[in-house]
Amino acid sequence: MKSANFEYLRPTSLPDALDAANDETTFLAGGQSLMAMLNLRVTSAETMIDLSRLSELRGVNETPDAVTLGALTTHAMIEDGAVPDPSGGLMPRIASKIAYRAVRNMGTIGGSLALADPAADWPCCLLALDATVLIEGATSREEAIEDFLQDAYTTTLEAGEIIRAIRIPRNTAPWGVYKVTRKSGAFADSLAICVLGDAPRIALTGTQSRAQRLRRAESALHGDLRAAILADLADADPDADAYKRRCHLATVLAAIKEAQS
Amino acid sequence: MIDVTLTLNGTPRTVSVEPRETLSDLVRNRCDMTGTHVGCDHGACGACTVHLDGMPVRSCIVLAATCDGREVRTIEATRKDETFGVIRRHFHEKHALQCGFCTLGMLMMAADIIARHPTPSEDQIRNALSGQVCRCTGYMGIVAAIASAAEELRGA
Ligand SMILES: Cc1cc2nc3c(=O)[nH]c(=O)nc-3n(C[C@H](O)[C@H](O)[C@H](O)COP(=O)(O)OP(=O)(O)OC[C@H]3O[C@@H](n4cnc5c(N)ncnc54)[C@H](O)[C@@H]3O)c2cc1C
Ligand code: FES
Ligand code: FES
Repeated sequence: MKSANFEYLRPTSLPDALDAANDETTFLAGGQSLMAMLNLRVTSAETMIDLSRLSELRGVNETPDAVTLGALTTHAMIEDGAVPDPSGGLMPRIASKIAYRAVRNMGTIGGSLALADPAADWPCCLLALDATVLIEGATSREEAIEDFLQDAYTTTLEAGEIIRAIRIPRNTAPWGVYKVTRKSGAFADSLAICVLGDAPRIALTGTQSRAQRLRRAESALHGDLRAAILADLADADPDADAYKRRCHLATVLAAIKEAQS
Repeated sequence: MIDVTLTLNGTPRTVSVEPRETLSDLVRNRCDMTGTHVGCDHGACGACTVHLDGMPVRSCIVLAATCDGREVRTIEATRKDETFGVIRRHFHEKHALQCGFCTLGMLMMAADIIARHPTPSEDQIRNALSGQVCRCTGYMGIVAAIASAAEELRGA
């Protein structure tokens, strides 16, 4: 099917994009979710604002503690190491398993976060890495991913606000990942990511709502881990059926095992 | 209508499109280059793969208007390309196609696989092809063709 028609704007600066934006406009980044949704007519747009020419959303900023990636950084750039990796290998590994290469060449980390699909890889990974989102609108703000992600397809982004960049603290701790999909490149039935270190972080997605920390499991790494995970799952994905629960338990245990090995 | 100025298969062109049109609409409907096939029109099958600034993309989920100023290469431009000639010959020899609907996407992907992995393992090939759907061949011939084409191109 074809998308219904819309107006198209291609601003060349962030202030111009913000000026043009209101609650009738839709931002386009890589289009790898949006164009599919428009073609399937599960969504529509009045006015499309193409973000691809905003240099403010590109590039990298490095400090001793963190790397800030522009929102337009593509999955493929992260996979290939074309941008610095703050994560000790975790982000390239995650990137390489998102969709397919042709999709990764267009799809952006900012677009993935803004959409907040409950089965998407970046929200879960960035939660495990304790990243923050840099947002531009009437005012600028920096928000922890944990606060930014509200529910399935729901974030704190207000109409007309743009994700400019994502700041990722440098990680040197061991990590582990486990993802269950029906076929390679498909969205996760369950994705668990564990980052060890002084304050271990375990993030899970593929739930009904959003990527979430498993805090009981984080503090039970050397205790009754299964019980802690099951207790976390009752909060993180309360309506999970037996398959989903087993799936989550298995991915979380496997991610922790990889991190610890 | 909006004007999109791009380089299509080496030729600079300005094409008028509706804002909602995709890159596959632009090449097929506006430029009469129907070698690019559309299987699903929502990013799921890979039949519409073209190269945008040298990288494979799914033209059915790339907005035509965003390609302004960029370079697009479709299967039509590969006829005289030596690398594609080798890959095509191996597809022929290894029975890597039957109906041919998926083949242009497979070829566009194959060239990218070989460019990024000059010595691709079977795993790498299968992984990179996992988003390209073929309803006919069962993939064995396609994987074999890419491996043997890579080998010949490495020697050359
Ligand atoms: C076949 C296929 C398989 C896929 N499999 C996976 C998978 O396994 N895992 C996974 O995580 N993803 C998967 N995806 C989705 C892919 O990762 C997308 O690239 C990503 O979700 C969206 O990024 P985008 O840049 O394409 O955003 P777009 O599609 O352009 O935009 C998505 C949404 O975000 C908004 N937006 C985009 N950028 C910004 C910004 N900077 N500020 C504010 N709002 C913004 C848009 O308005 C839109 O609502 C798949 C996609 C396809 C087509
Ligand atoms: S037609 Fe574009 S991916 Fe299927
Ligand atoms: S040869 Fe028929 S779909 Fe692949």
